[in-house]
Amino acid sequence: MNAEWRWDFAIEILPSMLWATLNTILAAGIGYAIAAIVGLLFLLGQRTPIKIVNMINREIVEFIRSTPLLIQLFFVYFVLPQFGITLSAWVCGMITIGLHFGTYLSEVYRGALEGVPKTQWEACRALNFSTFYTYRKIVLPQAFPIAIPGMGNYLVGIFKDTPLLSTIGVAELFHAATAVGGYHYRYLEPYTIVGIIFLTLSIPAAIWIRKIEKNVNLAQGKIKKEQL
Amino acid sequence: MSYFAFLSEHGPTMLLGTVTTIKVLVCSTILYVIISLIFGLMRLSKNPIIQGTATVYIEFFRGTSLLVQLFWFYYVLPFFGLTLEAFTAGVVAIGMNFGAYGAEIVRGGILAVPKGQWEGAFALNFTPAKRMRKIIIPQIFPIILPPAANLTVELLKATALVALVTVVDLTFEAKQINSITWLSAQCFGTALLIYYIISRFFLVPFLRWLEVLAARKVGKEIK
Repeated sequence: MNAEWRWDFAIEILPSMLWATLNTILAAGIGYAIAAIVGLLFLLGQRTPIKIVNMINREIVEFIRSTPLLIQLFFVYFVLPQFGITLSAWVCGMITIGLHFGTYLSEVYRGALEGVPKTQWEACRALNFSTFYTYRKIVLPQAFPIAIPGMGNYLVGIFKDTPLLSTIGVAELFHAATAVGGYHYRYLEPYTIVGIIFLTLSIPAAIWIRKIEKNVNLAQGKIKKEQL
Repeated sequence: MSYFAFLSEHGPTMLLGTVTTIKVLVCSTILYVIISLIFGLMRLSKNPIIQGTATVYIEFFRGTSLLVQLFWFYYVLPFFGLTLEAFTAGVVAIGMNFGAYGAEIVRGGILAVPKGQWEGAFALNFTPAKRMRKIIIPQIFPIILPPAANLTVELLKATALVALVTVVDLTFEAKQINSITWLSAQCFGTALLIYYIISRFFLVPFLRWLEVLAARKVGKEIK
C-alpha cells in the first residue's frame, strides 16, 4: 500500500465514475422536485386557519428536521416492507429526501411569503382584488426573489446529501466509488475523484444561483445596475 | 415482541450508543467552534495569502459532501501514513466540515457589528487586535448565535454519519440490532425518537439559553 497517486488507475475508473455522476445528478433533481412539492404541502398545512392542523404540521416538520436523514432512510427502506409495501431503493431514497428537504423548503417559502410587506396585502384589499389574484399578481412575484437563495442552497444541499443514498444501495457516485475501491482495494483515487467531481459541480452551481438571484433582483428593481 | 420487551432487551445497548453520539456531538462542536472563529477571522484578513487560505478551505469543505470527507479521512489518510481512529476521524471530519459553514457565520457576524463601533474603537486609538478582542468579538455573539444554533442542530444530525466509518454510536447500534432482530420499525423508530429528544429537549433549549445569555451580556433583551 503506497501513497502514490496512480494516474493509470484514476483514468481507468474515471468513465464509470462519470456515468455514476449522472445518477447522482438525476437523484438530486428528482429529490429536489419532490421536496419542492412536499414543501408546498407543508406550507399549506402551516397556513390553514385550522389550529389543530397547524400544530400537527409543526410537530411533523420539527420531527423530520431534527432527526438524521440517514436513519430516516433506513426507516423508510426497512420498515415499509414490514407493512407489505416493497419499494426499490431508488424510490425509498427519493421519498425520504423529498420529505426531509420538503420541511426545509416549506420554511424557505414561509420566510419568502412573510417577507412581502403587509401593506401590499392591504393595498390589494383596498383595490378589491380576490385572494387568488393577489397571490398570483402581487404577492408571489415579490416572494419569489426572496425564496431564490434559500431554494438554491437546498438544491446544492440535496446534491451533497445524495451520497447517503449509497447506504441503502442506490448506485450513485459514492456507491460506485466504494465498489471500485473495494474491488481494487485502492480508496485514494476513487474517493478523491468523488470529491473533485462534487467540487466541480457544486461550486459553479453556487455561483450560478448567486447570478440568478442578482438577475431576478435586477428585474424586480430591488437593486440598481450601478450597485453591482 | 411488544415494544416494551424490545426496549428492556435492547434499550441499554441503544443508550450506550447514545452516549457515544453525545461524545461525538460535544467533541465536534468544540472543534467546529474553534475552527469557525479562526477561519472567520482569517477570511476578513487584508493579507491575500491568509484570506486566500481561508477561502479555499471554506469553499472546499462546503463544496464537497460530508460523507465523502469522512470516508476520505478514514480510508484515504492511512495511505499517507496517517491512521486515525474511527472516532477521531469522525470528529475531525465533522468539525472541519461544520467549521467551514461556521466561519461564514462568524464573518457575517463581524461585518454586522455596527460601523459606529469600529469608528469608536478607531477614535480611541485601539490597535486592530485590541479592537477585535475588546470591542468587536464580544458583540458578535448575539448576532451569530441564532444561525450557529441551527448549525449545531444540523451537526447533531450529521453525527449519525460516523456510524458508517464504524464508530459505535446510536445509528450503528440501531443498524446492528436491526440486523439481528429484523424489528426495523422498533429499532429505527427508537433511534429517531432519541435523536428528536436530544435535539428538542436538550440541545435546542441549551442553545436558546446561550442566546439569551449573550443578548443580555450586550444589554439586549430578547423574548
